[in-house]
Amino acid sequence: MNDLKSGSNLEKVLKAGHFAFTGECGPPKGANVEHLKEKVSHLKGMVDAVNITDNQTAVVRMSSWAASTILVQEGIEPNFQMVCRDRNRLAIQSDILGVYAMGVRNMLCLSGDHQSFGNHPQGKNVFDIDSMQLIALVKKMRDEGKFLNDEEIDVPPKLFIGAAANPFADPFEFRVHRLAMKIAAGADFIQTQCIYNMEKFRDFMKMAVDMGLHEKCYILAGITPMKSVGMARYMSKSVPGMDVPDSIIERLRGAEKGKVAEEGIKFALEQIEEFKEMEGVAGVHLMAIEWEHRVPEIAKRANVLPRPEV
Amino acid sequence: MIVGKQKPLEEIWEMIKGHQKVLVFGCNTCVAVCHEGGNKEAEILASLLRMKAKQENIDIEIRDGGIERQCEHEFFDSATDQVEWADAVLSIACGAGIQFTSEKWPEKITLPGLNTTFIGVVEQPGLFTERCAMCGDCILHLTGGLCPVARCSKSLLNGPCGGSAGGMCEISKDVECIWDQIVRKKMEQGHLDDLLKMKPAKDWTTSRNGGPRKQVREDLHE
Repeated sequence: MNDLKSGSNLEKVLKAGHFAFTGECGPPKGANVEHLKEKVSHLKGMVDAVNITDNQTAVVRMSSWAASTILVQEGIEPNFQMVCRDRNRLAIQSDILGVYAMGVRNMLCLSGDHQSFGNHPQGKNVFDIDSMQLIALVKKMRDEGKFLNDEEIDVPPKLFIGAAANPFADPFEFRVHRLAMKIAAGADFIQTQCIYNMEKFRDFMKMAVDMGLHEKCYILAGITPMKSVGMARYMSKSVPGMDVPDSIIERLRGAEKGKVAEEGIKFALEQIEEFKEMEGVAGVHLMAIEWEHRVPEIAKRANVLPRPEV
Repeated sequence: MIVGKQKPLEEIWEMIKGHQKVLVFGCNTCVAVCHEGGNKEAEILASLLRMKAKQENIDIEIRDGGIERQCEHEFFDSATDQVEWADAVLSIACGAGIQFTSEKWPEKITLPGLNTTFIGVVEQPGLFTERCAMCGDCILHLTGGLCPVARCSKSLLNGPCGGSAGGMCEISKDVECIWDQIVRKKMEQGHLDDLLKMKPAKDWTTSRNGGPRKQVREDLHE
């Protein structure tokens, strides 16, 4: 066990060779702790770790570090997300120390959606460092015990380092190189953008496997079940970097009245089955947006329960 | 060059309407190229403001003038009479020119008639686009001659981010993703390897983040 980088549950699950299953929860738009606890309670025991988003889509919410520590108190392992949009290198490093001190052991390093998407588009963005540099920074703090300026850290934060990959952004042929760069920078695990275009994802994974990236890093495939045709259209048109083929929208549209959400779940379950067999995929990251209460059902039907005790 | 855009007439009017003698003061170099702040634009703006004053029935005398550059001492002498006459100077130079004019005549009220928008180029007639963010530590040799600091919406040094789609940036279908262009150019040149090494965190001390900047040429400066 001594060769664990962070000792997080997620790390242990992956290292033991289990097919990982992670969830996600957006903090409340306010200080409503009870609401957060209620939402996340549905995920307890259903997933290996829960991503806590960081002002996702640039909308102000309870800070991801605070919400992550609430999860720790609730006995649920968080995957603390941090974006580079809102903090400079001072705040980034102090927040990393802070979350580690509070018991957080996983961290996902992201650039962050541009503030123009959110509810404070007039704000300044920071982007002092980018997501690639953030990954390298967390690794340096963990493995060298040093800050970005090379000063020694008194008790370095031992975090399991995550990064995102979007196989559906352009230029497609560069995406696998970008993944390789993130791994070289220090990513221990990857969670991909929501996958709907399975054909493109298969191509992407083949390239990643050909480059041996799956042997250097755990790749978790991102899934968000579609709740409605409207959601599918919205994802297709308005969410950055999302690739929703028309065939998915048609499939949802073809569902019986009142059965669209079920069709969305069915597609997600088919995806999970394929990912279990797909070379290079080490697990699934389920982003059930404002659908936390449906996660137990999805987990059960996907046959990923009980979650391994490691 | 420095690109600028005249402020809306209403905003300018609100600034000047309380004054008696207003000089609309052009700068005939950078901001003349984009047809916003030159001496000719000063003339047009002054006449629009005179019409506005007439409509509003407010007694205010408005003249126009200008010099070659409001950022160098030597050009100001020719404008002494014009400026001395006015009680307020509406400069349509860039922010540097407006401030230098204000420093030159500290007793006058100096008002900004133009928003300095960016350092850019005349991409097409009438189309001006940003190229440089004046970070003070050029990295164009690393990025195929295309600047991500100025032209990526997130100033990413290791792009493109996951929001790049079809050559465009996530913020708008009208904004090009410069990282898409950097990658494609490097691929075409057969130099993709240049991009595969992570660029470390940038030292921003040479940018505005290091505080107001200055530089000295010892051989020219007393």
